[in-house]
Amino acid sequence: MHPWIGAGDEDRRRILAELGLDSIDQLFASIPAGVCVDRLPMPDGKDEDEVRNELASMAHANLSPDCVPAFLGAGVYRHVQPSVVDAVLSRAEFYTSYTPYQPEISQGTLQVIFEFQTLMCELTGMDVANASLYDGATALVEAVLFAHRVKRSKLDRVVLAETIHPMYRKVLSTYAGPAAIEVVVVPPGDDGRVSADALTEAAGDGRTCCFAVQSPNFLGVVEDLPAISTAAHDAGALAIQVVSEAVSLGLLAGGGAHDFDVVCGEAQSFGLAPGFGGPHLGFFGCREKNIRQMPGRLAGETLDSDGRRAYCLTLSTREQHIRRAKATSNICTNQGLMALAATIWLEAIGGEGLRELATACLARSEELKRRIGALGGGWALAHPAGPTFNEFLVTGPGGGEELVSRLAKENILAGVPAHSWGGSWPDGLIVTATERNTAADMQALIEAFGRIS
Amino acid sequence: MTVPADLKYGRSHEWARVEGDTVVVGITHYAQDQLGEVVYVEVPDVGFDATAAEELGTLESVKAVSEFNSPVTGEVIEVNERLEDEPNLVNEDPYGEGWLAKISANIDGADLLDADAYTAMIEAESA
Repeated sequence: MHPWIGAGDEDRRRILAELGLDSIDQLFASIPAGVCVDRLPMPDGKDEDEVRNELASMAHANLSPDCVPAFLGAGVYRHVQPSVVDAVLSRAEFYTSYTPYQPEISQGTLQVIFEFQTLMCELTGMDVANASLYDGATALVEAVLFAHRVKRSKLDRVVLAETIHPMYRKVLSTYAGPAAIEVVVVPPGDDGRVSADALTEAAGDGRTCCFAVQSPNFLGVVEDLPAISTAAHDAGALAIQVVSEAVSLGLLAGGGAHDFDVVCGEAQSFGLAPGFGGPHLGFFGCREKNIRQMPGRLAGETLDSDGRRAYCLTLSTREQHIRRAKATSNICTNQGLMALAATIWLEAIGGEGLRELATACLARSEELKRRIGALGGGWALAHPAGPTFNEFLVTGPGGGEELVSRLAKENILAGVPAHSWGGSWPDGLIVTATERNTAADMQALIEAFGRIS
Repeated sequence: MTVPADLKYGRSHEWARVEGDTVVVGITHYAQDQLGEVVYVEVPDVGFDATAAEELGTLESVKAVSEFNSPVTGEVIEVNERLEDEPNLVNEDPYGEGWLAKISANIDGADLLDADAYTAMIEAESA
């Protein structure tokens, strides 16, 4: 076959014969039938331009957060996007380079990673942060496997708050089964928070390697971190905080201030546009005493032979490409380009800027809570007593899915259905406000809620 | 390379010295030289049941992480806690201050080499 001319029918036939398959469709047999489009409603024989126009007109039937008031969050957030981020990101020196296997030759890449790690340490309050991971879900997985290793693989139970993003928990269950780790899930109380006592009770008889909570949690509520870390340590377990809305760290102290052993999560909020499934950016911070069990790699600052500042890979000896089956983690790569985006975004916004931005999110969210709480007509805050950052659960006249479609008819993306992935909490909408939501957006949401009863 | 005559040697470059009822274990001068500067030593917990020719712990050098094996079978009764802060003792004094663990074991019958056989082995390896 020619290296860059596509395969012909005869080539395909030979490949399928070699694979022992009858059709190309069999290669995709593992994809659940419900998520596949069998065939687009498009006649044969259209040229490229016609197809593009037709697809564009189909796409216009979608409501886009860029066109209508949108209060979507629940793990993916819209924030300001300074144009400097894409400008730096699209420089060929960064954009085209892959994870360097002779890292010290790529001083620019190492400097970016070093700065990213430094920023994450400052935001989480941890001693060390790694060069990044894939996303928030795999960061939680890595944190749990890390705790399992720190406890020398002798404690095989994990106690999780149900208020951790359900998709993160699902990814964890995929890993936990083969690793023979038992996952115990603890539901929240009426205030939308998981109680330290309930976690302790679930931990039971000293077989638990970690307690993991998300804060602010999936319902938007800020967990009682000091009580949870104390409870974890009393049970002989590590305390893990996962964060899905990283901008919250502009106002809320990271778990490092509350004696947590790991603070990890999702940094999509820092300069990565919301998209269909990514790319996202995981981060992972821990205590220096456990650094040998940290997954991934760590860039450091040093001096070269002429005494000039230089960057190096300080810790990578426990990675897959060196240690094979005995690596601490098989996620040995890092999200270099995404970490660069987050670094540029944070450096452009600045420390004071991040605090102002987070304050703006909080202020808008509090205003919405106040106005929705006063609305009546079947609308209510599910957890009026729970402190929140920029999102909260609202119950209304109908279930979450129903409310979303009724509000979509009003040209408003009002939130994410709270039971999208199950949950012991009331059904309703998870409503998120960021600095991108204008006063007019909020007015439109309140008025639309008022029309639905 | 120093290969003290009074020690026994494992084929994966560990040494064993009998002290009463216990066997002191470390890695050889040749092994530390091959590893380069040791920056971290991971020893087992006291009470660990070591098995001859199976992993006892890990040594991290500036180059790589390597496992070291136990030359004998028995319970770990003491580990060298100084290595936590001074891992370079493994390089500076592999047969003395750089010991790794003490194991309650009887060396008789262990499948180990004497100094001459070990010297021959590393000469063949580096030839």
